[in-house]
Amino acid sequence: MTQYMLTVHGTVDDPTEVDMAEMQPIFEAVDKVNKKMMDAGIWVFGGGLEPIEVSTTVDNTGAEPIITDGPFAESKEWVGGFWILELPDLDAALQWATEASKACAGKVEVRPFQAEPA
Amino acid sequence: MDSPDSTAAIERIYREEYGRIVASLVRRFGDIDIAEEAAGEALLAAVERWPRDGVPPNPGGWLTTTAGNRAIDRIRRESHRDAKHQAALMIENDEPHEPTGIVEDDRLRLIFTCCHPALAPEARVALTLRLLGGLTVAEIAQAFLVPETTMAQRITRAKKKISAAKIPYRIPEADDLAGRVNGVLAVIYLVFNEGYLSSSADASPIRDELTAEAIRLTRILRMLLPDVPEVTGLLALMLLTEARRPVRVAGGELVPLQEQDRGGWDRALIAEGHDLVRECLALNRPGHYQLLAAINAVHTDAPTAGDTDWGQIATLYSQLYAVTPSPIVALNRAVAVAELDGPEVALADVDRLALTSYHAWHATRADLLRRLGRSAEAREAYDAAMACTDNEAERAYLTRRRNQLGT
Repeated sequence: MTQYMLTVHGTVDDPTEVDMAEMQPIFEAVDKVNKKMMDAGIWVFGGGLEPIEVSTTVDNTGAEPIITDGPFAESKEWVGGFWILELPDLDAALQWATEASKACAGKVEVRPFQAEPA
Repeated sequence: MDSPDSTAAIERIYREEYGRIVASLVRRFGDIDIAEEAAGEALLAAVERWPRDGVPPNPGGWLTTTAGNRAIDRIRRESHRDAKHQAALMIENDEPHEPTGIVEDDRLRLIFTCCHPALAPEARVALTLRLLGGLTVAEIAQAFLVPETTMAQRITRAKKKISAAKIPYRIPEADDLAGRVNGVLAVIYLVFNEGYLSSSADASPIRDELTAEAIRLTRILRMLLPDVPEVTGLLALMLLTEARRPVRVAGGELVPLQEQDRGGWDRALIAEGHDLVRECLALNRPGHYQLLAAINAVHTDAPTAGDTDWGQIATLYSQLYAVTPSPIVALNRAVAVAELDGPEVALADVDRLALTSYHAWHATRADLLRRLGRSAEAREAYDAAMACTDNEAERAYLTRRRNQLGT
């Protein structure tokens, strides 16, 4: 089994003010997919992230740690939320990503975690 | 005994058996690199032993067994305890590890892996030719006119993704199968077309090693999936296209269908193609490749260009447009319309299509304008067509047609 990270991306084009009434069906659809993943026994972890403006970057590669406000790199796209699922292979991950993309009304990127060194 | 003849014979057998050997080893050991390396070692063993001991009665079986033993030797030598342990399990158990899909064949599994939608399209073509076609990296690089190091990197990256992302060696589930078969057919047709009408300036206009390989892979696919009509359709399409190859280029110049010497067509391929088209018609589940094959069957059925049943061709293109509504299909339909309703009607159809960067659009316009006696416009259209293609034979044809125009 391999753990896959399914990420949903936010973009600069996303509305800053969210209309909760509009979002409600998406929340419900995502809850449903989450429940389905848990019932299937593949759920490891998942959740949505606060907007990119809230992020902080820490760089301790130099002499002193440097803490800066904002993301690591200026970008038009960023991770908005993710799932981590335990699955047998990429085809299974793609199937779940297909459902997840429909539910959250966004593109989903699939990446496997590195295997544990033997 | 080690004459060049016998080495060539061994290499021919090896290439024919390569896909089967590698596919069987990939299924058994779950690792493409181990499979390829072991297959290479089996070839060396064959080159050493066959000239001395004679070619074994079942050379493919011999190569597969030898390669399997070499792979086991290699795994035993590996230092990782975990890898060793895992491999030991595989050595114990020669059965497939995963529940198999609706059809069982190692090569079929591997072709679905090579053509997986998670791989870049150019990597799918390269991997298919490498692992199933047994072409060397150098040959594939040459066929697609990229440096060998670029092609080697492309293949290595794809193999790494297969292993890291765990792209399965498996026939897709029935739900997915139709879509994934189409992906496989698209890869094979791309290989065929690159061979049939090379897009590159430096290559010879037709590269038969690619068309032959595409046909061979489709024959295997049809053997493995006899009930998928689009597979049959693609095979028929390629055979009927290949049948015209001997007369398709003359004196370095492309010869269009209407002007080809039909006596030079390969009758055996045409007969086989027609049988396959009839088989598709009987199934009555038309699709893109089947309709293209049917169109080619109508063309190859006509003893002379003048006997072509253009009405049927126009109808088939309309059906094709319903399945694949692309402007290129509409362009081809217009060619039939020109024969039925005259060049003026056809030109109106062609001018509506947004294909200004497509050489065939300009070439078709040029021909229609020529037939309408609009020479100045035809000349411009030939020039535009030439600006859009790098294929030498095609350019030679277009140049001649342009120079034949009156003033």
